[in-house]
Amino acid sequence: MLEVIDLSKRFGGLYAVNGASIRVEQGQIVALIGPNGAGKTTLFATIAGFLKPDGGRVTFNGEDITGVPPHEICAKGMVRTFQITQPFSRLTVAENIMVGVHQHTANRREAREQAWEIAQYVGMGHLFDLPSTELTVAGRKRLELARALGTRPKLLLLDEVMAGLNPSEMSEIIGIIKGIRERGVTILLIEHVMQAVMSLAEQVYVLSEGKLIAEGPPEQVTRDPAVVEAYLGRNAAQLLEGQGHA
Amino acid sequence: MSQLEIKPKGVFSGYGASILLLLVALVYPFVVTSNYALDVGMLILFTAFLGQSWNIAGGFAGLLSFGHTIFFGIGAYCSAIMVATYGINPWMAWMLAIAFGAALGAIIGYLSFRFGLRGSYFALITLAFAEMFRVLADSSPITRGGLGILIPVKQGASQLQFADPRAFYFLALLLCLIGLGLAYWLKSSRFGARLEAIRENEDAARALGIHVLKEKIKCLALSGALAAAGGSFYVQKYLYIDPQLAFSVARSVEMLLVAMIGGAGTVFGPLIGAATLGVLAEVTRALSDAQGLSLVVYGTVLILIIGFLPNGLISLLRRGPRKQGGRHA
Amino acid sequence: MDFLLNAVVNGLMSGAIYVLVALGLTLIYGVLHIINFAHGSLLMLGMYVVFFLVTRWGLDPYLSLPLVAGTGFVVGYLLYRGVIGRFSHGKDENILLVTLGLSIIFENAALFFFSAHTNIIDLDYIDDILIIGEIFIPYTKAVSFVAALLICLALSLYISRSDLGKAIRAVAKERHGARLAGINVEGIYAVSYGLGIACLGAAACLLMPSYYVSPSVGHSFVLVAFTVVVLGGMGSFVGALVGGLLIGVAESVSAAFLGEQLGQIAIPVIFILVLLAKPTGLFRGAQ
Repeated sequence: MLEVIDLSKRFGGLYAVNGASIRVEQGQIVALIGPNGAGKTTLFATIAGFLKPDGGRVTFNGEDITGVPPHEICAKGMVRTFQITQPFSRLTVAENIMVGVHQHTANRREAREQAWEIAQYVGMGHLFDLPSTELTVAGRKRLELARALGTRPKLLLLDEVMAGLNPSEMSEIIGIIKGIRERGVTILLIEHVMQAVMSLAEQVYVLSEGKLIAEGPPEQVTRDPAVVEAYLGRNAAQLLEGQGHA
Repeated sequence: MSQLEIKPKGVFSGYGASILLLLVALVYPFVVTSNYALDVGMLILFTAFLGQSWNIAGGFAGLLSFGHTIFFGIGAYCSAIMVATYGINPWMAWMLAIAFGAALGAIIGYLSFRFGLRGSYFALITLAFAEMFRVLADSSPITRGGLGILIPVKQGASQLQFADPRAFYFLALLLCLIGLGLAYWLKSSRFGARLEAIRENEDAARALGIHVLKEKIKCLALSGALAAAGGSFYVQKYLYIDPQLAFSVARSVEMLLVAMIGGAGTVFGPLIGAATLGVLAEVTRALSDAQGLSLVVYGTVLILIIGFLPNGLISLLRRGPRKQGGRHA
Repeated sequence: MDFLLNAVVNGLMSGAIYVLVALGLTLIYGVLHIINFAHGSLLMLGMYVVFFLVTRWGLDPYLSLPLVAGTGFVVGYLLYRGVIGRFSHGKDENILLVTLGLSIIFENAALFFFSAHTNIIDLDYIDDILIIGEIFIPYTKAVSFVAALLICLALSLYISRSDLGKAIRAVAKERHGARLAGINVEGIYAVSYGLGIACLGAAACLLMPSYYVSPSVGHSFVLVAFTVVVLGGMGSFVGALVGGLLIGVAESVSAAFLGEQLGQIAIPVIFILVLLAKPTGLFRGAQ
């Protein structure tokens, strides 16, 4: 469904993303992990049209969408959320979600009905007419998700949706994400929280310093010495092995 | 389910208050005895209309313009030139002026937003555009420069000149109602929802499929059309226009003030702002003949509003502050 | 050719004062990161002060410069502490509207107290003209030119050499770090704003001999100041210098070729073009 081929993005002289290639099949949940500053969000931003790549291509459902602006990419069925939540501050939860729904529904009344369904689905029904400024971090993450769902995406790009959540909130969101996949949405997510990655993803890509250093099922990737090194530093893999840990 | 009822924010609670206001406005000209009082009423409605045009861009979409008089001025000059120089029928000229206003809005919108100007930079560039037009009006033969343009007196409805000042009052009322109607439409339409999204967070709006540039341009075109309509009206009422009247900073500021103080992004905000300013102007006039006092007060009110009542005076009329108890997940 | 040369030289003369005005604006932006829309109206108030000093107390504007600049500093400092400080950490739009509000108050207060007349001052040497070769320069403009440049130089040196200047630069560059280093950031903000307005006080003294004052005179200066700063680069002193002189010349030359009326179009057009083509300006704001 989504193919990222050899994508590069440069800022000044520095490559934030350097020749990354990713493949997401329809119906999958794929995770993108890597230490801080690895370039994951930059990669997302480039895929979703917020940044223009300096090299490589992105195709979505066979169509080349490299350099296509974000609103058109959304129209084609790919939506991203933001790592630092970006609610429409002075609008209510309902109005926030409705903006997403308006992507394909012009009538305000219908849009509100659909927003109501989505709000209930993500567990925000009781907050429907609340100003979005009164939400906690978890609430705002949920809102970000709900808004994106409003656009009826085929592919959802979630950027660190678990950050700042406590364990029970996390398992709730994990359940919601699984449910979203059941409804036929493909998901590509950036995540730091390994628990979420292990329980959700079928395929994992590891990005470090702009380059992909590993890919495969989660159990395989987390045991990859190169990956351990990227997270914990040089020789950490050997050290860990030496101590009898995997 | 009551949850699903759409009640656009910013409309007076219940239609009752709106109907009452309308009745007051309809009856006003027949109740007051002096032309002066009639004029005050007319000016309030007219200023509310101009403020509404600013509100559409500045309040709903967050496009803070410091040079909105440019649209007023282009409408005024358009009408004046067509009527006085080319003898075109004033109603026709009015329509053309509106078209010019929309076109200018689209052009300025395209230039500014295509080049990514936002916030303060956008405010400043609108100021510069207005000044540019003022200089052009001051030095062009077609606008008769600093002399301005006089519309020949030709009374009669077909010439858009009325002997009875009450006619202009009702025309202003009509304009004000049109403005209110447009604002209400924005509050209940997808276009309005998109503008509000753009105002709050452009990137998020983009991610959710909104073509930000296109919507902003449409918004400024609509706003420009309205202000230009106001300019036309002004010229037909006062039968004179010059660069100072058309492109002064004072008028830009007034349009902004009444909308911001009344409540930017609301339906009735500009009307409340205009009414407050109108009343204030009369009160200060009673205190002193010297000009400027009412605006000193109004400027202070603006600062206070931004500090303490960011949603404008209209938020005083809402059903009290929302309960702020606790945070919600 | 002389005609053009005259225009250029006179443009440089006015330009120097624009530099001084813009310096204040760019300092305020560079340190506080706010767009001081009240700049023009504060200059207008300064010019009224000079006007009254001359007409009521017979104080020569050049001699009263330290006094007026000092008053400007105090006014700016208090203005920051009283009003601007509260809003300068919020949204961009808020501070813009607040400074707009201030400019409305100042302009209309001036209108209320002084009415809309234009006022000029009359001094013995006002009609004196300096003749250098083929070039005619009004004496007052020449003095103002030199004075403006000297003040700019002095201010730059002060900012780059003194302890206070170092603190200001630290806050401009890295506010949080400066706070951690023990610098009273709010105090620096107030001082910087004060310095910006002091520049206006000085500029007022230098302008009055060859200009006029009325309540709305602030408008044209707002646009000029912002054009200079945007052209030169927000926050850059060198930019303000180069920008101010360039704008002064551009204005003068355009008036020479297009006439007094149409010539005024140069400033808004330059402003628009710069904003569209290179809004960051010629120089990076390092200050």
